[in-house]
Amino acid sequence: MATLHSAPRFTLIDGLKGTLSTALGDHLVDAHEEHGELLLHVKRDSIEDVLRILRDDHAYQQLMEIAGADYPSRSERFEIVYMLLSLTTNSRIMVKCRASEDTPVPTVTTLWPNAGWLEREVFDMYGVLFAGNTDLRRILTDYGFEGHPFRKDFPLTGYTELRYSEDEKRVVYEPVELAQDLRQFDFMSPWEGADYVLPGDEKADMPPVDDPKVTEKPSDTGAGAKTDEHAADKVSADAPAEKDGGKAIDPPGPTEDRAARPKRKGKTTDTAKATETKKKKAPAKRKPAARKKDDN
Amino acid sequence: MSMQLEESPTTGDEVITNYTINFGPQHPAAHGVLRMVMELDGEIIERIDPHVGLLHRGTEKLIENKTYLQALPYFDRLDYCSPLAQEYSYVLAIEKLLNVEVPERAQYLRVLFAELTRICNHMLNIGAHVMDVGAMTPNLWVFELREDCLNFFERASGARMHAAWFRPGGVHQDVPEKLLVDIGEWLDTRLPELFGDAMSLVLDNRIFKQRNVDIAVVSKDDAVAWGFSGPMIRAAGIPWDLRKSQPYDVYERMEFDIPVGTNSDCYDRFVVRVKEVYESAKIMKQCLRDMPSGPVASDDRKVAPPKRAEMKQSMEALIHHFKLYTEGFHVPAGEVYVATESPKGEFGVYLVSDGSNKPYRCKIRPTAFSHLQAMDFMSRGHMLPDATAILGAIDVVFGECDR
Repeated sequence: MATLHSAPRFTLIDGLKGTLSTALGDHLVDAHEEHGELLLHVKRDSIEDVLRILRDDHAYQQLMEIAGADYPSRSERFEIVYMLLSLTTNSRIMVKCRASEDTPVPTVTTLWPNAGWLEREVFDMYGVLFAGNTDLRRILTDYGFEGHPFRKDFPLTGYTELRYSEDEKRVVYEPVELAQDLRQFDFMSPWEGADYVLPGDEKADMPPVDDPKVTEKPSDTGAGAKTDEHAADKVSADAPAEKDGGKAIDPPGPTEDRAARPKRKGKTTDTAKATETKKKKAPAKRKPAARKKDDN
Repeated sequence: MSMQLEESPTTGDEVITNYTINFGPQHPAAHGVLRMVMELDGEIIERIDPHVGLLHRGTEKLIENKTYLQALPYFDRLDYCSPLAQEYSYVLAIEKLLNVEVPERAQYLRVLFAELTRICNHMLNIGAHVMDVGAMTPNLWVFELREDCLNFFERASGARMHAAWFRPGGVHQDVPEKLLVDIGEWLDTRLPELFGDAMSLVLDNRIFKQRNVDIAVVSKDDAVAWGFSGPMIRAAGIPWDLRKSQPYDVYERMEFDIPVGTNSDCYDRFVVRVKEVYESAKIMKQCLRDMPSGPVASDDRKVAPPKRAEMKQSMEALIHHFKLYTEGFHVPAGEVYVATESPKGEFGVYLVSDGSNKPYRCKIRPTAFSHLQAMDFMSRGHMLPDATAILGAIDVVFGECDR
């Protein structure tokens, strides 16, 4: 696919995937390229060795970021992604490993001093443990916070809220109470990606029947006998037919007995009074006349 | 403030105690809400433990619950001193996943305004840094320039700070011709004059040098190991600039120099930023000179909305508009890490898409995290007042650091 976008263009080293795959050997689980970026999926226990090899032998000097991600449906639900940058070869790669709540990831603070806070953040947000990190405290959440907020099963609103209490003269923590429900609009088209059930959807899951219905013989269709030549005959003499009596039908008479409208004075074109409001008396004069008409 | 008694090995019968003090979270030199637990021996800093996260808002989680376009304004609110630079990484990440082409004029406009943002950001940092070490006047002067920048943002987007002007596929609206003329005039006259005047008060000032030269010297190796980027790594003498080495949009057509430091101290970091302002001005002039006319957003109607006039005529356009602003666009599944050179350093976005209209995961790589983490080793052995100079030279904003 041709590159149309104008995102940062770093050097794409030829055969980098092959070179690194060979260098990492058994540590590697999977390597693939997408959008011009190389992603290496490695075994969790060898992450430190992998990053050391990449730093020392392949000139990825800088650890720019460690990102966590949560995929609750997987058996090892967390993904820890290390973004490496090479200042000398001008190349970027991503290295990732998987972990669950109780399988610690080896720390890389031994390789880069700035991994300390990055690991603390992943721990704080996802609860991933880093074996060997001597300072694995929470970093972004509040003092005394419980839970790991970026997990997919942690509610967006959280569990506690705080406010300044005038009575106690201090900030108090309380369970979250929403005055209005959190607005979550689902704008996804019902044709794609929807996971709610629409009427009739249950038919899609019905098991197929053993002998499917066929209409090979007329008796299968449930239809009656074939029509014969008498089908076009008249049923009775009074049945409506094409010819009529030849008598003109009277137009409908008036529906109620109402006096004929008084004849207009003047010509039809003299209707200036109706639209012009110069003479104020004109509407007043017309009103009693209208009422009189109603009385009749 | 808690006190901790500890016997010092160097004194005989006299007991000297190490203090532990709180620097912040409400301290004018903390540049926001930073709490640093400092262990002091007299006035010498023994250890610093920065406590960040007081401004944590869970932006990344909020983004996971919004469509791609709705999530864009959150980026303005990260580093509120350079809003457009944060949007830049995000829109480029989306464009990379979508593989959508951006019209040339939009690319020029984005570079132009990214550089204006850089000037705007440096005006704040330079002013604040100078004020942290005791000078008042230059800050007031450069704030006038910052005000000009904000006015330009307002004329382009309608908002002074939180512009939300960069959009996937281009920019939101074209700018009036007069605005470009005015920016050109401003670059030629007001910026060099006023900024030059302000810097003439500072750069050779003896007090300013006494407070900054040889403070927090970081070696090249340390700067690399601690994940420094932006002016922090350039002050260490490494000519590393993502605009040059990994160009995006039309940066590769721009001619500019990368200022680097020689001593890697606070003074060098300051001077690097001062020089960068002039380089940014150079880039902006080239943008104004070379900018073609044409559309400012992609013509892919599945990504960028149609023009309003078109919507009055075409049913198709109306449907596209409605779908884009309700359901949003769907981004193909995949993951990318896109980093741009924000005024403070490498600002990266790790975007994971599951093919729906909302990001599955959006990790923001703040510039301040690595720099602030090095605060401890940079300040060790320096005096307490040096901490403010070091912090000022890092250029930290907590909206971005804490997310």
